[in-house]
Amino acid sequence: MHCLWCDEEIIPSVNWGNLLLPSRPASLCEKCESELEQIEGDRCRKCSRKTAEVVCRDCQWWESQKRNVLAGNYSVYTYNAFMREIIAKWKYRGDYILRNVFAEVFTEGYYQAFGKKKDAIIIPIPLSENRLKERGFNQAEALAAFLPNQSKSLLARIDSEKQSKKSRKQRITRKNPFTLKETLNKPAILVDDIYTTGTTIRHAAELLKQNGCPEVYSYTLIRG
Amino acid sequence: MVVPLNRQELMDLAKNVTGKLLLRQEIPLSAFHFTQAVEQKFIRAVPSFTKKHFTLQCNRCGNNEKRLMAQYPCSICNKTHSYCRKCIAMGRVSECTMLYEWSGPVPEWKIHADPCTWKGTLTEAQQKAADRIASAVVNKEKELLSWAVCGAGKTEMLFPAITIALKQGKRICLATPRADVVRELQPRIQQAFSDVTVQALYGGSKDKKGTAQLILATTHQLLRFKQAFDVMIIDEIDAFPFHAEPSLSFAAERAIKLDSTTIYLTATPRKQQLKRIRNNLLPHIFVPRRFHSYPLPVPQMKQVSQLKSQLKKKELPPSFLKWLLIRKHPQRQILVFVPTVSLADHLSVPLTDLLISYDIITSKQQASTVHASDGDREEKVQSFRDRDLFMLLTTTILERGVTFPSVDVIILDAGHHVFDQAAIVQIAGRAGRSTDDPFGDVLLFHDGKTEAMVEAVESIRKMNKRGGFA
Ligand SMILES: [Zn+2]
Ligand SMILES: [Zn+2]
Ligand SMILES: [Zn+2]
Repeated sequence: MHCLWCDEEIIPSVNWGNLLLPSRPASLCEKCESELEQIEGDRCRKCSRKTAEVVCRDCQWWESQKRNVLAGNYSVYTYNAFMREIIAKWKYRGDYILRNVFAEVFTEGYYQAFGKKKDAIIIPIPLSENRLKERGFNQAEALAAFLPNQSKSLLARIDSEKQSKKSRKQRITRKNPFTLKETLNKPAILVDDIYTTGTTIRHAAELLKQNGCPEVYSYTLIRG
Repeated sequence: MVVPLNRQELMDLAKNVTGKLLLRQEIPLSAFHFTQAVEQKFIRAVPSFTKKHFTLQCNRCGNNEKRLMAQYPCSICNKTHSYCRKCIAMGRVSECTMLYEWSGPVPEWKIHADPCTWKGTLTEAQQKAADRIASAVVNKEKELLSWAVCGAGKTEMLFPAITIALKQGKRICLATPRADVVRELQPRIQQAFSDVTVQALYGGSKDKKGTAQLILATTHQLLRFKQAFDVMIIDEIDAFPFHAEPSLSFAAERAIKLDSTTIYLTATPRKQQLKRIRNNLLPHIFVPRRFHSYPLPVPQMKQVSQLKSQLKKKELPPSFLKWLLIRKHPQRQILVFVPTVSLADHLSVPLTDLLISYDIITSKQQASTVHASDGDREEKVQSFRDRDLFMLLTTTILERGVTFPSVDVIILDAGHHVFDQAAIVQIAGRAGRSTDDPFGDVLLFHDGKTEAMVEAVESIRKMNKRGGFA
């Protein structure tokens, strides 16, 4: 095996612990692996941001709004410089196989946060048609494929270019960029690569809830 | 209504696309104009992969290593496609993308009456080599290796060949493995051919079009070209990454026209080139003398027992301290090479303190450390050139391509494997570069002679001998 990032050869270490049960081959070498930063210690209960507060300021603000549509977000990595580089190559250059770098941690994190939600449906955040054409794959779908629960592509995204052709007023009111293909009466877990302000994910959550979905969570690789 | 391309637009397009192998998004045409250009057979699609037995080969970079091919589920075709990871930084080549080349009328390059504006003169040794290189171009010889010692003035030796090629309306590329060398060459070449359009292509260059008659490029940039050049000059063929990276020689070979001449430049040919020379498979011209006609400085080896552990303890060898005190030319700046970034960082403070305590420098600001990922690299090199810095501690990134007028050169832990024969010859070649100070000390501190060190010293002696120095 060679490291998926730096192409250095990975020499698997054999010890008494893994002699009989060889571990899954690593996709990153030790050095690259150590540059990824998982979220550990205190985090906001609502959005996974690293903070000493139980609920961070942003989430307190969201809770004060009438549209408090997202039950919570959980993320596994911070958005450090190395992660930015990996995401850029994976998502924008289209180096699909880099997805494997996240497989183990992303799956484990899911069991930790959502393991008990056995009937929840996973909904990857869609790309617009143009974006999808450019990249050839949707990174959110690629991540959702790692997870054990059933995944359904219930949302569609209106092209931002088409949206920008609309009047200025309409843009300022920030129309919901998503449409719903089918209603859902089970809990939903939205999946995406990154949670930054939470606005996009809340648009999706709002639409689902307005149409009868009882509870919406989000699971994202990175808390930006 | 969409208007078809007019004649001028078509000619611009031809200049833009000819001699290249591009992805759709690299061709600046709307969907309508692109379809039209393909229908009119101005642009031709080429498959992105070649299937050979059970392996795929990327037609852009030549990669056929399995581990650098991967797959993705394509949402457009609902199929799984292979794609090339090796050249993905230039846009993804996959089974559902095509590569495109120009197949319309071939644009002609300008015939220049008198393009060379360089007013200097060549030394006898330079002139001899320059004539040989020019005749290779005129006679459309396939290959020629110019083996010129460090400091021979190899760039000027190319001017007659470039001149004659421009007079014949040929297209020329001067490629080198390293971006900083491209940046250094650009003003010099532009000055020497001031009325000719010169474009420089490298990773961060603003101009990426590559439409000029005279192109300077990193060897990586050649991955976008196909049958483009009548004259290809590859500088420093023995340098990293060119000599170790098969996709780069693949690209260089594809970038030349069928009837073209390739000139290789090196001061330190590798075994593979020496072997081809010995077997008369590669014609070559040897330039044994530096432009100032003094011999190459021969490195002195200084054995220091336990050197590695001493350096780890931040102790500098006693023989080095002694040399510092009795240097014959204390006005010379000091260039110190170490094998790794971590050792450079480790020794930076103790070395600076030592120079201050010996009154060689008066303040910490006169010493600095530089390595490959140093953001201030160019500025530090410049202030060493301007003598604002007196001592520069560096990794092998400064082994070649940089010229300082008057330095003594030190290697600490010269036995480390990064200092192969070529590296040591190149490092020694940093000394004695100017007519005002054609000499310089070169000291190799080591704790065990390596073959590389012995061979480097031997080959320098041999080159001096061939240059007529006893
Ligand atoms: Zn790695
Ligand atoms: Zn929060
Ligand atoms: Zn390739």
